[in-house]
Amino acid sequence: MTATRAEVCVTACAEAFRGDGEILAAGIGGAVTVLAARLARLTFEPGLLTHDGVCLLTGDVPALGETPREIEGWLPFREHLWLVLNGRRHVMLGASQIDRFGNTNISCIGDWARPKAQLLGVRGAPGNTRCDTTSYWIPRHSPRVFVETVDMVSGIGYDRGAHEIRVVVTDLAVLDFATPDRRMRLRSVHPGVTVDEVTTATGFDLVVPPYVPATPVPDAEQLRIIREVLDPKDLREREVPAAGTARR
Amino acid sequence: MKEMTIEEVVGSLDSGMTLGIGGWGSRRKPMALVRAICRSALTDLTVVSYGGPDVGLLCAYRKVRRVIAPFATLDSIPLEPHFRQARQRGTIAFTEYDEGMFMFGLYAAAYRLPFLPTRAGLGSDVMRVNPELRTVRSPYEDGEELVAVPAITLDAALVHLGRADRRGNAQYLGPDPYLDDLFVKAASRAYVSCERLVETADLLKEGPVQSLLISRSHVTGVVETPGGAHFTSCEPDEDRDEAFQRAYVTAAGDPQAWATFRDRFLSGDEAAYQAAVRAWREEEGR
Repeated sequence: MTATRAEVCVTACAEAFRGDGEILAAGIGGAVTVLAARLARLTFEPGLLTHDGVCLLTGDVPALGETPREIEGWLPFREHLWLVLNGRRHVMLGASQIDRFGNTNISCIGDWARPKAQLLGVRGAPGNTRCDTTSYWIPRHSPRVFVETVDMVSGIGYDRGAHEIRVVVTDLAVLDFATPDRRMRLRSVHPGVTVDEVTTATGFDLVVPPYVPATPVPDAEQLRIIREVLDPKDLREREVPAAGTARR
Repeated sequence: MKEMTIEEVVGSLDSGMTLGIGGWGSRRKPMALVRAICRSALTDLTVVSYGGPDVGLLCAYRKVRRVIAPFATLDSIPLEPHFRQARQRGTIAFTEYDEGMFMFGLYAAAYRLPFLPTRAGLGSDVMRVNPELRTVRSPYEDGEELVAVPAITLDAALVHLGRADRRGNAQYLGPDPYLDDLFVKAASRAYVSCERLVETADLLKEGPVQSLLISRSHVTGVVETPGGAHFTSCEPDEDRDEAFQRAYVTAAGDPQAWATFRDRFLSGDEAAYQAAVRAWREEEGR
């Protein structure tokens, strides 16, 4: 069985939660981050807590969009906001812009005082990144997202006091900050992607080690769980652009 | 007894007030009261909200001087179109906080403290775009520097819950209380709209004692508005009306379409709104 790009992404995002133990694995929504947390829980990280996308901690691990059979806890927004400050949580966020130190923007594009495009607002990103382990899922790796300077620092990077930014997973690669000055580094490229493709799609100078490995592909059991148990409707495929998509 | 009409609630508010609105995003928003504010002469409001279409509609009707919020979203549709337009045209001031900072601002007001310290916001541009924010140093050995979130004290709070009695006790029946009780406690006056007014003795017939979220001690007025959260959700009575929310967003994208939407749905009172929505549903075959 050959894994699709989306399945490589799900598995790479799941890897982000390795070693986390009994903490909340929070995906921001959509398919890939939620699948990642559930896949990690069903395989190598069984202690993880996962939620239903609303306010229930699920006792079992349902398929995307399915109702859990068991509820093991209650996490309304106020408790979620408490948990962010408490820190027993690893969140996988999105970003409209991200810079070399992992500062991210979901608030607005352009001058904050009168933005060219108002987006969501900072939401919980400042507190999340200051208090919790954070990873990012960016479905479309492009120079518009990977920028020199973000317009409004919503999530803070390593140069601004981030707690821990573990990995940035995109549709092309896995990136991390395992460098002496905590600049973003290319950790691996997904099968079929070249290092040049990644650096071209990145609007700042990435740290590129002499040897860049390929991102591990899911094994047969992981593929079975993704396809048959967690996402039989293939929702993951809609979230990830096809290989060879033009990047601006 | 505190039963009021929608018009009486809105008539007791003043221009220039700081108004807290409960719910979260496009969930359990007191939309009947928001719609009535849109029809009123009120203006120059500071709106405090985990923002959704409440913020959007009030912006569309130019009722807003300032929004205090960590976001504005319709949940299933990520961006709130009228809020975006207001920001992009520069017609509103914006105090943009982190979600947790925002909650601490409400907590500070509810506990009648001048501020509460938190790590949320440190290092982010929330500090840059809100230059009035101060930090405070822990007086203990750790000496940590923290954001001092000022109390967000409200002149009035508007919330929508499942049930209430005529004394002003109110009950949520869905899975999440949101921060509605905090809004009420942070406010000098609070108004509760509800799906159904019931006798006090009947409150516990539908939910456990823990579902009694709001005490009459804090409530000035209560008004029965069935469907009053529409098009936002009010679980378990009402799901979000996704089709109508899409129609709202589509209309917001074009001045002509928005004028038509306003005329059709928002030009009359709440009963007219509910009737117009029913007629729209029949037309759409929903």
